[in-house]
Amino acid sequence: MSLIDRDHWREIYETLRGNKLRTFLTAFGVFWGIFMLMVMIGSGNGLATGVLTNFSDGATNSFFVWAQSTGKPWRGLPRGRAIQLDTGDTEAIRREIPEAAVVCPRNQLGGFQGGNNVTRGTKSGAFSVMGDLPEIARLQSIRVVEGRFLNPLDVDERRKVAVIGERVRQVLFGRGEQALGEHIRINGVYFRVIGVFKPRRSQGMEEDADQTIFVPFTTFQSAFNYGPRVGWFAITSRDGIPASVVENKVLALLRERHRVAPDDLRAFGHFNMEEEYNQLQGLFAGIRTLIWIVGIGTLAAGAIGVSNIMLVIIRERTNEIGIRRAVGATPFTVMSQIVFEALVLTTAAGYLGLFAGIAAIELAAAALSGTEMIGFKDPQVPLASAFFTLLVLVASGILAGLVPAVRAVRINTVEALRAA
Amino acid sequence: MVSLEKIDKSYVTGSHRLHVLKAVDLEIESGEMAAVMGASGSGKSTLMNILGLLDNYDGGSYRLDGQLMRDLSETRAAVLRRQLIGFVFQSFNLIPFKTAAENVALPLYYQGLGRRRRQAAALEYLERVGLRDWATHRPSEMSGGQQQRVAIARALVARPKLLLADEPTGALDSETSHEIMELLQQVNREGVTVLVVTHERDVAAMTRRVIRLKDGRVEDAHARLPDA
Repeated sequence: MSLIDRDHWREIYETLRGNKLRTFLTAFGVFWGIFMLMVMIGSGNGLATGVLTNFSDGATNSFFVWAQSTGKPWRGLPRGRAIQLDTGDTEAIRREIPEAAVVCPRNQLGGFQGGNNVTRGTKSGAFSVMGDLPEIARLQSIRVVEGRFLNPLDVDERRKVAVIGERVRQVLFGRGEQALGEHIRINGVYFRVIGVFKPRRSQGMEEDADQTIFVPFTTFQSAFNYGPRVGWFAITSRDGIPASVVENKVLALLRERHRVAPDDLRAFGHFNMEEEYNQLQGLFAGIRTLIWIVGIGTLAAGAIGVSNIMLVIIRERTNEIGIRRAVGATPFTVMSQIVFEALVLTTAAGYLGLFAGIAAIELAAAALSGTEMIGFKDPQVPLASAFFTLLVLVASGILAGLVPAVRAVRINTVEALRAA
Repeated sequence: MVSLEKIDKSYVTGSHRLHVLKAVDLEIESGEMAAVMGASGSGKSTLMNILGLLDNYDGGSYRLDGQLMRDLSETRAAVLRRQLIGFVFQSFNLIPFKTAAENVALPLYYQGLGRRRRQAAALEYLERVGLRDWATHRPSEMSGGQQQRVAIARALVARPKLLLADEPTGALDSETSHEIMELLQQVNREGVTVLVVTHERDVAAMTRRVIRLKDGRVEDAHARLPDA
């Protein structure tokens, strides 16, 4: 009677095969438990990935810095002094903070509560007009659907070109009218449309993006008389460097350049995507924990179900067990057979459930890829989770077998034989 | 073969204490074929269970094949059973989802014999009881007489020294009963000690000795059969 004894397995196989319905019902309980657990883990991951991706397209290491007014007097300068960022700051940041990967100075016209500022012929609308560098596309979810986005030449040559949002086109151009190459007037200055874009996703804050017009940063400065002024900075940190670290360096540099007290927190406003991202990460860690707790509960319910069914089976099999013992099976043999039966059943059914669950998740992933379902992306089950589940499965299989097995050998052989 | 000395056995059910066997003395020689008779409640089945090591006794001593059988662990009893004793039951007690051959081979499985040898032995013993052609059939596809033959083949396959048959013909018609008893006689001629519990006169008549029990005592260890 050992693990590798073929006869032992054959005996188990014959017993399981000889009782098809019973085997099926027992196995289905475990199968379903595992299947649901896998689907839940997969969906949970899909939800997490979806929302986190949606949060921002990869620019989770970005932050924004803008100027306010000083909160403390410093070196003879009074508090309440307004500070203006300029192109000198851009160069200084690029020069002195190598950890900053992309440094985008930005300016904005109009936007929130702004009046009509863009016209074309008789049509007009109020839109956000952004003076930007081409790199801004790396920080924002922009998808160019027609023409192209800004390029470095546009910036260097101060070209009067504009990339407009889909909504802008709808307002300024008639249906079926070609936008590319046409001119629009922004605050009295003509710009040629070189591209139309859509936000990657259409929800919440991104709605505004639809109503945005991008023009080269340099053009913006000269066309609208901004001189060297910079509205705010959008900066990303290099891979592996936390945005908050770079953020602090940038703030320190700006305080120095604008003669602001090192501990003056009012002078510069800043917003860190990373912090928000980390908060969301924490939220999803919580959700994942919950999924595991519920999942293991489901699994335990399955194992208890198997144990329960096994107990019923033992009653049903009392006679068989009596016969086996009459012809010379020792209590240990009977117990080991029952434990192995449960083990084989839970493991096989569980493995099947594991497989089916992962297959379902993969199918869902395949069906979803290419579509833009909000808040759900790339559902998947990590390998470690799958292995851990299998382990729990085997353990619960042994447990599920042990309980009825102990009962089985407690039944008196004489009584068992009488229970025909 | 079997030697019982002042065997006592009682069952406690709730507040009742049922004294089933009262100082039973019994000698059965090797090669004997005997019938145990008695009214229901006389202690026949209990006696058989003790002889078959399926149950313990409270007092006295039981020697089987020269060895003292006393306070055996379940495991030890199982090992001795598979070496020495074969059982035939009134209700056949075949495993319903196994074929005739698989049922016959079962004791050999617990003896640790290889599958091939088990198979061969099972077929050989099915041949002896005339059911070679029924090897792949399940119990539900056979008549009562055929099932009992399979059960006898199973009892014999491990070459026991003692065959205990508890009402082996209780569920069979008289003609089939006769055939089964002839089979047991043949088994006995081959050297196996056979003990049959029965309350049928005809069945007892086919053995060579009748042991009569009454109220938990051996009333007559060499009884003469009453006239019909």
